[in-house]
Amino acid sequence: MAELKKNSLVRLYDWFEFRLGIGKPSIDAAVHPIPAKSASWWYVFGSAATVLFVLQIVTGILLALVYAPSGEHAWSSLQFINNNVELGWFLRALHGWGSDFMVAIVLIHMVQVFMFGAYKFPRELTWIIGVLLLLLTLGMAFTGQVLRFDQDAYWGLGIGASIMGRVPIIGSALVHFLLGAPIINSATLSRFFTLHVFVIPGILIIGVALHLLMVVRLGINEWPMPGRLVRKSTYEAEYHKIIEKEGIPFVPDGVWNDAIFAAAIILAVMACAFFFGPFGPTGQPDPTIIQTSPKPDPPFLWLFAILSLLPPSLETPVILIAPVVIIAAMLLLPLLAPEGEKHWSRRPIAVLMVSVIAVSFGIFTRLGQTTPWSPVMNAWSSDTIPQKYIHESTPLERQGALVFQNKQCRDCHSIGGEGGRRGPDLDSIATRLTEDQLVRQVLQGGGNMPAYGNALSPAETTALVSFLKTLRGNDLRPAQDASRALTEKNPSEVNRLGEKNRIGRSHFSKKSPQPEKQ
Amino acid sequence: MSEHESKENLTPHENKSQSTPAGVPQDRSRRIFLFKLSVLLNGAVGVVLAVPIVRYLLGPMIQKKSAYHSWITLGSVDEFPERQTRLAEYRNPSTTPWDGQTAKVPCWVRRKQGNQFQVFAINCAHLGCPVRWFAESKLFLCPCHGGAYYEDGSRAAGPPERGLFEYKYRVAGNKLMINAGELPTLATPASAKNANFVPLDKIGSASWQS
Repeated sequence: MAELKKNSLVRLYDWFEFRLGIGKPSIDAAVHPIPAKSASWWYVFGSAATVLFVLQIVTGILLALVYAPSGEHAWSSLQFINNNVELGWFLRALHGWGSDFMVAIVLIHMVQVFMFGAYKFPRELTWIIGVLLLLLTLGMAFTGQVLRFDQDAYWGLGIGASIMGRVPIIGSALVHFLLGAPIINSATLSRFFTLHVFVIPGILIIGVALHLLMVVRLGINEWPMPGRLVRKSTYEAEYHKIIEKEGIPFVPDGVWNDAIFAAAIILAVMACAFFFGPFGPTGQPDPTIIQTSPKPDPPFLWLFAILSLLPPSLETPVILIAPVVIIAAMLLLPLLAPEGEKHWSRRPIAVLMVSVIAVSFGIFTRLGQTTPWSPVMNAWSSDTIPQKYIHESTPLERQGALVFQNKQCRDCHSIGGEGGRRGPDLDSIATRLTEDQLVRQVLQGGGNMPAYGNALSPAETTALVSFLKTLRGNDLRPAQDASRALTEKNPSEVNRLGEKNRIGRSHFSKKSPQPEKQ
Repeated sequence: MSEHESKENLTPHENKSQSTPAGVPQDRSRRIFLFKLSVLLNGAVGVVLAVPIVRYLLGPMIQKKSAYHSWITLGSVDEFPERQTRLAEYRNPSTTPWDGQTAKVPCWVRRKQGNQFQVFAINCAHLGCPVRWFAESKLFLCPCHGGAYYEDGSRAAGPPERGLFEYKYRVAGNKLMINAGELPTLATPASAKNANFVPLDKIGSASWQS
């Protein structure tokens, strides 16, 4: 009976196989031999990225069942998914966290491939398509962020349009092409919906298929050994030898690492989704609500930071040229270095590059989270001046503290650890600037500080500066105007006496030489 | 040795496959000609088909820019006190019913005195984030990258390379009107370059800003 059942299953398979003919090539691909050492935990990231991609497709299709891609309804349909659709919040969370994981895993995969020299002959095209897949993945992350049609999405589109507007000559055409309309509106959302749901996934699926096809066709990269150089003339024979000597079938011998890692990653996505929930949507995409601090999603925070930290004059050239150079360098890498050493211990520049880039990414991302360059918009009305700073001060100095607070100096300058970090902390400003320098700095600005000449009356300026002069950190020596001492009749004497009087206020020092002489 | 054998095996087969069309050579050249013709035909059809598709796709780029802008009423002049800067909003002239809230656009109106105004775009000249007005320090500050502008819109500090974008305005009767319709960036203007159309019924009542 069992035999009969088996026979009928086999016959069913044969019926299909005779007509389709995909069974045998599929099995051949699954059991293709891989070097035994390559069945390693280092080689699991590519398959994990593929599994995450499948997760994104499935959850994406499910979200599209409810999502309304129109400017008027997108935001409320997301709220509806979050709150009214059975487990809608969890599906949104899966898709959101899945996207962050996918970007991270794709990046890790690329670093691993780079460090193991796997981009070298004959896998140059695999790498090049991989670079395109990375760009497409980032494209999915950005367009996906736009579909979460909230304040961040709205102003993120504004940033995108402003970057396009910097392109010479065709700038305005590019802005219109990006937005699909003269302003950011429903037409813009429809464009990004089309990109996110049809165009980019279509190209991604084709790209992933080609990428995998080449992995199977050319064989998985062998475990690099220091001193084993890649030569185009000998590589294939050498690889063949390795396979003959220690080759194992990918399924089942080599696949279990991949399978366990993929399961762990999916579990991690589910855990993040369950415990941290979906991303937003934040405030509704109403441009008239301007009490907002737009910020991009994590994969783009580093870019957000760089855009803030570049010197203004360098910004446009860097924005327009750097991406072209970086992408070209990544695409050309395997063509320029198809041979040679694969092992990282013999490639110090590669190790250095990856380390520097990784640390830079980390720092810029952290800066993008904390945005020290942004004024703290409500510091002036929410942070208090520490009591010790006005404890023994004169009425004028207290008035100055009020001016300091009311004129929103606090938004950019911190005192007692509270306030903005756009400008320097002012806790010890009087040890760095003299009274004259303080007045000049406040009224004329400079060094990235606006001039307050029009916003302050003379009385307010006097009060403010007298308060600032009390800020001497831990009772340090105040800054002193050296030139003023030099213009006196007897420079050396005054200078010496001036030293003695430093503890007193600088504007009293003029009087002091006379009584002290006697 | 085995390779040699297989080649020998192949040879008659190849000869066979070649000989079949060789038997009717005129037929083959005709077929190849027709194949080339069909490729050419499809290429031509493809080009003809591509014209409307590309035009549709590039529609937003092709449209005349001046068509986007028009004069919009921001409100009564009295809504804007002298020597103050207030937030105003308008509905963009070209919208669709499904734009929802995104059809609205905010802007900053500074009434210097009398009928002298300055109307600034909300978008920072750096990367388009919404600037906020701080009346006490008389500054516009941007939350994204810390750009700062003075009350007349000129650049004060930070990454922007220029001052705030400014709309052309006019006062018609008791109404403050601006010429608007496009997201201002370094490449796209806030107001149309030649925005001096005067409706007939407004002649004589408008004061102009160059």
